[in-house]
Amino acid sequence: MNAAPVATIGGTPESMQPLLYLDGISVSFDGFKALNGLSLVLDPGEMRAVIGPNGAGKTTMMDVITGKTRPDSGKAMFREADLTQLDEAEIAALGIGRKFQKPTVFEMHSVFDNLLLALKADRRPSRVLFASTRAIERERADGILEMVRLTGMRGRMAGELSHGQKQWLEIGILLAQEPELLLVDEPAAGMTDAETEQTTELLRRINETRSVIVVEHDMTFVRALAVKVTVLHEGSVLAEGSLEHVSNDPRVIEVYLGR
Amino acid sequence: MISARLGLYGSLLVAAVPLALTIAVGLLSLLPADSALHVPGYVVTLLGKYLAYALLALSVDLVWGYVGILSLGHGAFFALGGYAMGMYLMRQIGTRGVYGDPVLPDFMVFLNWQELPWYWYGFDHFAFAALMIVLVPGALAFVFGYLAFRSRVSGVYLSIITQALTFALMLAFFRNDMGFGGNNGLTDFKDLLGANLQAGSTKAGLLIATGAFLSFFFLVCRHLTQSRFGKVLIAIRDAESRTRFLGYRVERYKLLVFTFSAMMAGIGGALYVPQIGIINPSEFEPANSIEAVIWVAVGGRGTLVGSMVGAVIVNFAKTVLTGTFPEIWLFVLGGLFIFVTLFMPRGIVGLFTGLRTWRSQPAKVRKQLTGRALEAGE
Ligand SMILES: Nc1ncnc2c1ncn2[C@@H]1O[C@H](COP(=O)(O)OP(=O)(O)O)[C@@H](O)[C@H]1O
Ligand SMILES: [Mg+2]
Repeated sequence: MNAAPVATIGGTPESMQPLLYLDGISVSFDGFKALNGLSLVLDPGEMRAVIGPNGAGKTTMMDVITGKTRPDSGKAMFREADLTQLDEAEIAALGIGRKFQKPTVFEMHSVFDNLLLALKADRRPSRVLFASTRAIERERADGILEMVRLTGMRGRMAGELSHGQKQWLEIGILLAQEPELLLVDEPAAGMTDAETEQTTELLRRINETRSVIVVEHDMTFVRALAVKVTVLHEGSVLAEGSLEHVSNDPRVIEVYLGR
Repeated sequence: MISARLGLYGSLLVAAVPLALTIAVGLLSLLPADSALHVPGYVVTLLGKYLAYALLALSVDLVWGYVGILSLGHGAFFALGGYAMGMYLMRQIGTRGVYGDPVLPDFMVFLNWQELPWYWYGFDHFAFAALMIVLVPGALAFVFGYLAFRSRVSGVYLSIITQALTFALMLAFFRNDMGFGGNNGLTDFKDLLGANLQAGSTKAGLLIATGAFLSFFFLVCRHLTQSRFGKVLIAIRDAESRTRFLGYRVERYKLLVFTFSAMMAGIGGALYVPQIGIINPSEFEPANSIEAVIWVAVGGRGTLVGSMVGAVIVNFAKTVLTGTFPEIWLFVLGGLFIFVTLFMPRGIVGLFTGLRTWRSQPAKVRKQLTGRALEAGE
């Protein structure tokens, strides 16, 4: 592709097998092409920012990766696994966690229970039916609470959290699953500047051990992440490279940054 | 949830109520008729009916209140359990029927049938009938749920097809050639496990059995909903796709609970029939299933206790009103439903237990609590 060489966190040699490999993905809704030959390659350990105007197909891309939407054509591989053949639960079990654009947590459960339900474990009803909370699970949930700055809200109902805190809780939920790859859809939306900064920090820390794709509108946020950027437009990749590189691309300026 | 706030002792206390009440009423009914404390037989029958309905309500609350499946067809599972019990009771009649046929129930003799249809085999044994009381509703719920949940039918669409299910069964059971007594249904029962159904002691025993089953299933449901499993159910109710993306197979959870709930409803029906003395296709009427949902809404959805309270109170009101002004009952029921939906989203139980917690909640959570009261699904 047209990827310019940039410094990525955990940058990897060419020979390394990609973690996520999307090739020529097309999705149409009633004839409207939400994704149009989208290709994207993510290396293990990489954090990627995906930007693009509203309706560019960013969320739809996440839908394809997580099995919510089946592509009409194209290839979607997570290591050796063909994502187009698996359902949501199987893909989650493979190690892909997803944060929704609209923060989605279990509002009627305590913050702690939200994490407990998300902890990596046997999800079969027969197992869950007789599961009791072990000390190690409590520890892990508490560890995540600390990481997402919600220790003080441990026993509160998730519905009581502020918008920003819900975003963090949902990121915590993802972490509890111990995924290899996190898909994070607009994490900074509706956050104060201070919260946005803390979110950047959080994602950086997460990226020390996991790969991340983060969709975001907020340019300050993307700049602060300082990772390779993919610009989507009308369902395909318009440009890719450092933020510096893509923001100088005249086509990008025309469709997105210039407006 | 409210039953969560009840705590273990509170729940045990609640569970003790149906059992203690039925034992008390049952025993008092056995006192001589001139005793001041004597409870007349019709009270025993009425209470037994209410509590059988309460079991149905509990089963509805389990799927609607905790998983968000608004089943408008649970009356069908109740009726199927009732029919299974009715078939056993029919076969107990033996030669005491009008036609005196040792094997064939009267209606079959009347239809000139020569032999018992195969699906009536085994129903002369109580153990077999008992098995069918849970297996038939359970199997139907399993097949129905498997198809519906696998294709991710939910919300209003699911509610509508559950209505269609019970309606279709009603039409089928109305047919004489189905072999279930057509529109007359099954009746004229004589005895159950050798005990005369007309005897006061049998009536008292049936009442106590109903109370015991209700207590038992309340505790089972409470345990189920408080466990990790129950938390997954609530997670599915409130954010189905979030749960799915966490790796839970939502359809399997739904199927399991739906099937279990249908079995509970079936037991409710089986307890109902010998006390009422008849089962006919009108039990499948779509309106019955809707009524069961109203009991739960009135009592307090997602509270377990509320469903039982709602069933008893609404049916008591129905008994009183249909006795005096039968023509207004449906209007009262409809009005009640609208009133509860608008002004008492947490139902009767919510009025008592919810008030303090309610006030301590921020406005946002309050809104979520109320908003959730009647949503079918997500
Ligand atoms: N389920 C759907 N049905 C119909 N159109 C959809 C659906 N999902 C997304 N779209 C359309 O596809 C386009 C891309 O949407 P989306 O991926 O949400 O964009 P983004 O997240 O980049 O803002 C939009 O025009 C949107 O209206
Ligand atoms: Mg989007």
